[in-house]
Amino acid sequence: MKKILKASLVLGLSLSVVLAGCGKNEEKPAGEAATGGAKTDMKIGMVTDVGGVNDKSFNQSAWEALTSVKKDTGAEVTYLQSKDKTEYTPNLNKYVKGGYALTWGIGFDLGADMKTVADQNPDAKLAIIDAVVDSPNVQSVTFSEHEGSFLVGVVAAKMTKTGKIGFVGGAEIPVITRFQAGFNAGVAAVNPDIKVKNVYAGAFDKPDQGKVIASTMYNDGVDIIFHASGATGTGVFNEATARVKNGEKVWVIGVDKDQSLEFGDKVTLTSMVKGVDAAVQKVSKEVIDGTFKGGKVELGLKDDGVGIAKTSDRNVPADVLALVEEYKAKIISGEIKVPQDMKK
Amino acid sequence: MNKLMKIFTLDSLIIPVVAVIFGLIVGALIMLAGGYDPILAYSSLFSSVFGDSYGFGETIREITPLIMTGLAVAFAFRAGLFNIGAEGQYIIGMTAATIVGIKVTGLPALIHAPLAIIAGGLCGGLWAGIVGYLKAKRGVNEVIVSIMLNWTALYFSNYIVRNFLLLEGQQKSLDIQPTASISLGGLSMLMDNARMHMGTLIAILAAVFFYVYMWKSKQGYELRAVGHNPNAAEYAGMNVKRNIVKAMFISGIFAGLGGAFQVLGVFHYQTIFTGSPGVGFDGIAVALIGMTHPFGTILGATLFGTLTSGSSGMSFGAGVPPEIIRIVIGSIIFFIAAQGIVRWVLKPLYLKRKKEKVL
Repeated sequence: MKKILKASLVLGLSLSVVLAGCGKNEEKPAGEAATGGAKTDMKIGMVTDVGGVNDKSFNQSAWEALTSVKKDTGAEVTYLQSKDKTEYTPNLNKYVKGGYALTWGIGFDLGADMKTVADQNPDAKLAIIDAVVDSPNVQSVTFSEHEGSFLVGVVAAKMTKTGKIGFVGGAEIPVITRFQAGFNAGVAAVNPDIKVKNVYAGAFDKPDQGKVIASTMYNDGVDIIFHASGATGTGVFNEATARVKNGEKVWVIGVDKDQSLEFGDKVTLTSMVKGVDAAVQKVSKEVIDGTFKGGKVELGLKDDGVGIAKTSDRNVPADVLALVEEYKAKIISGEIKVPQDMKK
Repeated sequence: MNKLMKIFTLDSLIIPVVAVIFGLIVGALIMLAGGYDPILAYSSLFSSVFGDSYGFGETIREITPLIMTGLAVAFAFRAGLFNIGAEGQYIIGMTAATIVGIKVTGLPALIHAPLAIIAGGLCGGLWAGIVGYLKAKRGVNEVIVSIMLNWTALYFSNYIVRNFLLLEGQQKSLDIQPTASISLGGLSMLMDNARMHMGTLIAILAAVFFYVYMWKSKQGYELRAVGHNPNAAEYAGMNVKRNIVKAMFISGIFAGLGGAFQVLGVFHYQTIFTGSPGVGFDGIAVALIGMTHPFGTILGATLFGTLTSGSSGMSFGAGVPPEIIRIVIGSIIFFIAAQGIVRWVLKPLYLKRKKEKVL
């Protein structure tokens, strides 16, 4: 009995000490913010899809973009991660009802929920990546993924040694089929004899699945895999990294952002970069400037909305890159029309 | 009334409450270690749940399926079975309700909605019935069968949605007919567009049914007898095998209904699952927190649902990652499961009380 009293006394004391320490911690960031020279006190929120903010893919690049908006303008930015699909609506509503100037929804998955929230709150400003939401107060940003994927398809076809190339998609939705169709077309444009193996993991948040699929593909003699599968692709990279360490020569083509920065250029051949960050910054700043209008925009090669990563020259020889530039010019001029879905 | 008080005899009420408090303290310590302010975090959790009608409504939405899967687990538990397959039964209930909701047309809402609910419950029950049958006839362990059936249910329902109900170019089914909806539009308007539905009411009725059936009927008595000691029950002339199947069937109905509510009241469509939704597994924890009593289960689901729906409030208001709230929930369950610890801490209090009584 006495022992317990003593123990709880000690616990209580230590708790209060730690609590006191915490109080001090709290003051610091507030002071920093005050000296930071705030230009605006607007608040911008972002809701991720189930991939989460650390998906090393488009959620992450959207968040990085918002962080840099914060640095430039002093706007307050926060994000909410959605654990499952039931949380999209409440999370969007948290920001909308919390009086945020702009609410981002990242991903095709949030389309239906954003439509509902936008219609229920006509005064709120919202923006979405990868989906078209037909409401006047929503800015929809989509990308011509097929054009960018065509270019990495060209790279893959030129670089493969085995003549077998793989594609791993997250789920069979219009966004991802654009990746697949463009990639396949790009490979076929260089060498129609190369076989592309197309597999859908069925999920954007299952690295284990990605690893299994990649392992099967590499065992089949595939030496380059292009993935468009969010965090599932982490598994593809892990499998490739393990194999490269064992002396095998395999590559992954990254997606959405320059993934060589994340996974190293020993496994990352190149990346199909999507200008999610540029788009997020642009729309966010429109809201801050008061020029936000809503509507939809599709960003392609000519807007630099998609393209291959700048660091590609580390692994891709100059003649291949020159060929890529050639194709790029042809796509922009309209000489080549890249298909948006697979022919059945 | 007195009887109702007896249900929550002091011991069975105090231990969960103390366990919850311990869990919150552990959560606070972890937040401190991570550099977050626990008081701000808990207060923003509280205000996001009770601060406005929208948050409150969405919390009720979160609680409802947890009550159902919690009841499912608790019911089987009382009959001596561990139904770890509430997850699968929940998914099957969802799918059955979606099929009836989409494919059956031309019925008035008064018939269509109940039909979809019944289909969901029944299919959930049959799915669990497989487990009960195998256990009764062949003595196959119900834990193994039901956990395997979770995966079967997941991929089976994905197959159905993908091949028969798919909305072109999307990862989800078509919308159900408006006549099958159990959403309460008027109440939702009042609650600032929170997704309210009739399922919540049915969930509470289901808990009452659970209580009456289990403790006020002969059949319930048999179920409990089988749960306590199957050999003794058999010796007393009860049909143990039939009781096992029955217990699993009713347990599955609860879980299936939970899934049906989710489709008919919240989403109005079914998505292709990339992974298990987890509501059935949470139901195990809910039933444990509720000491496998139906009314305890409602309280357990309320606690669990409040914490889950408030977790986004915590990250919204105090920047605490939602993982921390899972740690808090985890530690609450830990303290309930490890009752010995709670009893040990409370022992001096009990001793004191006894002394007072003597005086």
